[in-house]
Amino acid sequence: MSVPLLRVRGLSVQYATRRPGLRARAGTVTALDAVNLELAEGRSMGVVGESGCGKSTLSRAILGLVEPQAGTVEWRGQLVRRSDAAVLKRMRRELQGVCQDPFGSLDPRMTIGESVAEALDALEGIRDPAAAARRIAGSLEEVGLDPSLASRYPHELSGGQCQRAAIARATIVRPRLLICDEAVSALDVSVQAQIVNLLRDLSERHGMGLLLISHNLAVVRYLCQEVVVLYRGRLVERGPRDALFAAPLHPYTRALLAAVPRPVPGAAPWAAPIRAMADPADLPEAAGCLYRGRCPAADGMCAREVPALRDADAGHLAACHHPGATLVG
Amino acid sequence: MSRTLLAIRDLDVDFDTPRGRVRAVRSVSLDVAEGECVAVVGESGSGKTQLFLACLGLLAAQGIVRGSASFAGRELVGADATALNELRGTRLAIVFQDPMNALTPHLSIGRQLAEVVLDRGMMNADQARARSLEVLEAVGLDDAPSRLRQYPHQLSGGQRQRVAIAMALMTKPSLLIADEPTTALDVTVQAQVLGVLHQATRQGLGLVLITHDLGVVAGIAHRVAVMYAGEVVEIAPVAELFSAPAHPYTSALLDSVPRLDAPADGRLPGIEGQPPPPQASVQGCAFAPRCPRAVEACRSAAVPQHRGVARSVACHRPLTLEGLGA
Repeated sequence: MSVPLLRVRGLSVQYATRRPGLRARAGTVTALDAVNLELAEGRSMGVVGESGCGKSTLSRAILGLVEPQAGTVEWRGQLVRRSDAAVLKRMRRELQGVCQDPFGSLDPRMTIGESVAEALDALEGIRDPAAAARRIAGSLEEVGLDPSLASRYPHELSGGQCQRAAIARATIVRPRLLICDEAVSALDVSVQAQIVNLLRDLSERHGMGLLLISHNLAVVRYLCQEVVVLYRGRLVERGPRDALFAAPLHPYTRALLAAVPRPVPGAAPWAAPIRAMADPADLPEAAGCLYRGRCPAADGMCAREVPALRDADAGHLAACHHPGATLVG
Repeated sequence: MSRTLLAIRDLDVDFDTPRGRVRAVRSVSLDVAEGECVAVVGESGSGKTQLFLACLGLLAAQGIVRGSASFAGRELVGADATALNELRGTRLAIVFQDPMNALTPHLSIGRQLAEVVLDRGMMNADQARARSLEVLEAVGLDDAPSRLRQYPHQLSGGQRQRVAIAMALMTKPSLLIADEPTTALDVTVQAQVLGVLHQATRQGLGLVLITHDLGVVAGIAHRVAVMYAGEVVEIAPVAELFSAPAHPYTSALLDSVPRLDAPADGRLPGIEGQPPPPQASVQGCAFAPRCPRAVEACRSAAVPQHRGVARSVACHRPLTLEGLGA
């Protein structure tokens, strides 16, 4: 089997914390706990979960922006370390990111054209200004922006236009993989649909892989061939899109699916079989399944043993003692 | 039919800017009854927020309001600050989108909740505490007594948004205006917050839910008003709006919502193009340049209003005329 584009093995990231109060006590919070995943060239994967599940930390660790406590990230078979600037630089030509806030990710003092040019210059160092200008105009056109907008500043554009510009900046160097961290969740639904279509077109046209980080499973379903569900830093379910959406195994995945707003009168997403997210302080100990405090199917077994990630059916895996259990909300 | 709480009639909002007058809201009429949830849906810049800021007398200084908005029989447009202050935060409450900015960072949750009623002399300290616990439980926050001692930074975004809603409910308002209350939240927390609001309407609260996402309103709204470029282009009961939208814009907005129950292999049908800039003078229908059904008349002639008993649409070529008095 060929070397995958991206391979993440046993990735764990911890952040130092301080408890509030006078006698501050340093502690750690585990943002990612031994996560494994692989992504082949040109494939698309969605990473879903609520705020705090570690999905952004995963993208930051892959991009080399945080140092993991354990585990490795391999880019096309090569180990990625934060300290290895040469590998990182090469990788960044091939691996680009787009983040959630389209206004925050563009420098307010630079025109759109300058922002896109900066990426091109930093990563390819093009010397010929005329050629660079052509590339920039082409890149803006490709994301559906009029090249005349190159001379505008971010504040003169709408949120959707800024997000297109951020995508142009990320894709002008033709990356092999684009990591989108909630790249559509701050947008109006009509604009969100445009950006979803744009990402899909770019990915198909250039064989560019996508790693889409999102809390909305419906968006992931339109863009991703594979889906990974994270809960409090652990990978709880992974599977091909159709299998995962048709027959989700983990109760948490089912709860996430039930919470997606449906444009159907009478739909009651608040009746979803999920309990309120507990305070981090109240969460059960790391032993056992971390979801058990919210899970309607939890029993004694779930408190004793950490469920292992098991293959239920043709690459559809879940870390649950009662996968596919019938749930009564 | 229950009592009408808020009656908006022919409301216009303009802004004087250095680049000329901008029309943010054009001739909007809308009613909200007791126990009713009216969703106001539109894209950024459609005027949905400005419409209600105008009703509450909270427009920026260069804003100009014409028309009428009456709340329980009292005119709000042009009312003096004292009269408005008496209503705002007591019988008429508002929750904004950003839960991070709605709370004062250096005051405890308990203090902020109690302040709402203490400052107005509506309750004594004991009553205020009891009411605080009541509203925190109503919004589904567990362990309410210890929440009172917490500060905003100790809460997650969803918890803060629920505290903001609890604060709005302190005085038992009859009308709550919630501006994108769940847009910044995870889907799971969004579902909980919608559940809280749904429960409140069942107890008689009139609710205006401002949002850009039609998916969010399906379960909670009784009626939906769709705004485009400052105008209400369609009003309909929620079932009719979703099963048979009359305005092509409503239909396009519905199609934009990513669904779990539709084939996902094709493209997500969004709406190409952008709304007209607010300073543009529009001939005919403002949606015509983006509308797949537009004909010559749409670009030039004044838009006809079709009105039925329960629904209305402003369109030259509506997708249906059922229930629209044709």
